[in-house]
Amino acid sequence: MIELTGIRKAFNQGRHNEYWALSGIDLAIPDQRVTALRGPSGSGKTTLLTILGCLARPTEGRVRLKDEDISGLPERFLTEIRRRTFGFIFQQFNLIRGLSALENIILPAYPTGQPRQALLEKAEALLAGVDLGQRRDAQVEWLSGGEQQRVAICRALINDPEILIADEPTANLDTKLSKEFLGILEKLADQGRTIVLTSHDPLVVDSAVVDFVVTLRDGRIVDAK
Amino acid sequence: MPMKTWIEKQRHLIDFTLASLARRKAKNLGLLFIYTLLVFVLASVALYAHALRTEAQKVLASSPEIVLQRLVAGRHDLIPPGYLEQIGQNVRLRGVQKMEGRLWGYYYDSVVKANYTFMAPRDMQIPRGEIIVGPALERSRGLAAGNGISFRSYSGELHTFIVAEVLPQTSELVSADLVLMHEEDFRAFFKYPEGHWTDIAMSVANPQEVRNVAIKLLSTLPDSRPILRDEVLRTYASIFDWREGLMLALLSAAILAFGIFAWEKAAGLSAEERREIGILKAIGWETGDVIKMKFWEGLLVSLLAFLLGYVAAYLHVFHLDAMIFEPVLKGWAVLYPRFTLPPHIDGLQIATLFFFTVFPYTAAVLVPIWRAATTDPDTVMRS
Amino acid sequence: MRPANLALIVFASAIGAFALSFADAARLRAQSESASAETARLVERLGLTDPALFTEARYTRHPTQADLQSAFQDHPVAFEHFPTGSLVPPPAGILNAYENLDRKTAAPD
Repeated sequence: MIELTGIRKAFNQGRHNEYWALSGIDLAIPDQRVTALRGPSGSGKTTLLTILGCLARPTEGRVRLKDEDISGLPERFLTEIRRRTFGFIFQQFNLIRGLSALENIILPAYPTGQPRQALLEKAEALLAGVDLGQRRDAQVEWLSGGEQQRVAICRALINDPEILIADEPTANLDTKLSKEFLGILEKLADQGRTIVLTSHDPLVVDSAVVDFVVTLRDGRIVDAK
Repeated sequence: MPMKTWIEKQRHLIDFTLASLARRKAKNLGLLFIYTLLVFVLASVALYAHALRTEAQKVLASSPEIVLQRLVAGRHDLIPPGYLEQIGQNVRLRGVQKMEGRLWGYYYDSVVKANYTFMAPRDMQIPRGEIIVGPALERSRGLAAGNGISFRSYSGELHTFIVAEVLPQTSELVSADLVLMHEEDFRAFFKYPEGHWTDIAMSVANPQEVRNVAIKLLSTLPDSRPILRDEVLRTYASIFDWREGLMLALLSAAILAFGIFAWEKAAGLSAEERREIGILKAIGWETGDVIKMKFWEGLLVSLLAFLLGYVAAYLHVFHLDAMIFEPVLKGWAVLYPRFTLPPHIDGLQIATLFFFTVFPYTAAVLVPIWRAATTDPDTVMRS
Repeated sequence: MRPANLALIVFASAIGAFALSFADAARLRAQSESASAETARLVERLGLTDPALFTEARYTRHPTQADLQSAFQDHPVAFEHFPTGSLVPPPAGILNAYENLDRKTAAPD
């Protein structure tokens, strides 16, 4: 369970171009459910996602993860929490070019110092789970958009996180691939993972997989159901 | 963190950094090659100069403690008859074990356009009409024991000698151009006046006494010039230092150029690398992990360049006779001695080279990474 | 092969070669010991003062025995191009140590 209280986030604080992306958010993300953040561009949903995923700190307000206040923790501990607890799927996939699919997948596990062989086996199993076993040694830049996203999903799962964070997962996919993504999402939800995603794609937001939809506008929650 | 996990983690980081380097294979191999080449050149110069300096010092350590010259109008002149005796009578030279006049001079051989050093050694029995020659003469004039050779003396007469022996090649460093002969032959050849000497060699038992003896000699014989062995050794140290310095000065432009190139390569962080660092941080790498990964890159590249460059320089100097830098480091002479230098290696010099090749590059790699790695990881979400 | 293992092999061999170069140096030094000793004996026996490196002129053949105040001489093509003395002065410490030998008299002239 992630609980946000009174979250405000400013960019360029104190300068002439100061801008408040979030202005007072109170939100609880329930465990083992799929929560979608919805809203027009500029509504602050990506900023909220970075705060939920411990990628950024709020300017004001408190973040509690599993009943522990983590807003005051130093960067090192925050990184460790991020690595243990979260898996990220970015809109641009953010894979490292020049490395194979397998090598990309095991990257988040490097700081843990697990044996390479074990990591590779785990990554292969993950790839097989998304029907990409045959592309394991392909360099990621040679993969199609859908394949790249599946590699990115596997990468998010390598440390076996409780919470998955996905930013606009279907923005770069066509309808067929988006539906495939929803299928994978359903599998992950069935495994009991907490999933938070942003999207303004009705296909995602209105699908049966999503349990809660939070609507944002101008840095505030206008609707949650 | 247990040791095993720590090692495995470093191996992961090395895996990643090598994969990154492999992505720009040509550029990075080029860098490694130039880097290695630079270390090779610097190490060759350092190894050669140090070995030559050490060998010269070692060999000359047994030369006479004092050589006494006589000066006339500021120039080296012959020791007149009675001079030696005068020293013995007037100066009570304690500690002087042996004192003897030396006979030596130069001869210009127009056949091979080279200078020889003629010498009449006192404690070597060479029969009249025979000579002992240095190994360089054996080569340049094709001499061997039993051969005859004629030299036209400065007075125009032709003198013929039989070569009794060729000095061993192993001592060529000091004996290449020597022509040793009987005292009478020497005096006849140069029309060297009877009773005169070229200079006086003295051996002093106690090294502490050498300077006192020299000062005493100078006050008794104001026209003399004592040359101490210490000065001889210092002269050679500075000659080889100077040659090494000259070479390094010439190289400094290349070193600077490489410095700029390496700085550009190492310190310039491309947009792609910046993006990768953001990704790594977002997926759970700590700032320290990113810096360690880059540290490995800097260390692996510079350490490999150092090791390869040094080993190549070692082989070049001590197994291939420094063939590439020979002209600059050795200097020139018509009768240049052929000698193989024993490898005297100065550990401090190598450590210095190690420090100055490995440390700056590794630091240059880390400087920009520090900045990039401390930026917030959420930047990847807003590209 | 895993890159880190490849790196390990490459570095192990490079460090091995580095260490080997010192062992080889020690071997060559030991080998040349007798030659060096023989050369030193020859130096002692003949009273040699200089290595026979640059034979062209007396100030290069015997830099330590050349005249006190002259240069440019002897070999037809030995134009002086090695004037170390004109580039760097002797170190100050040495100047002081040798002042008694540089022809200055203790008494006023």
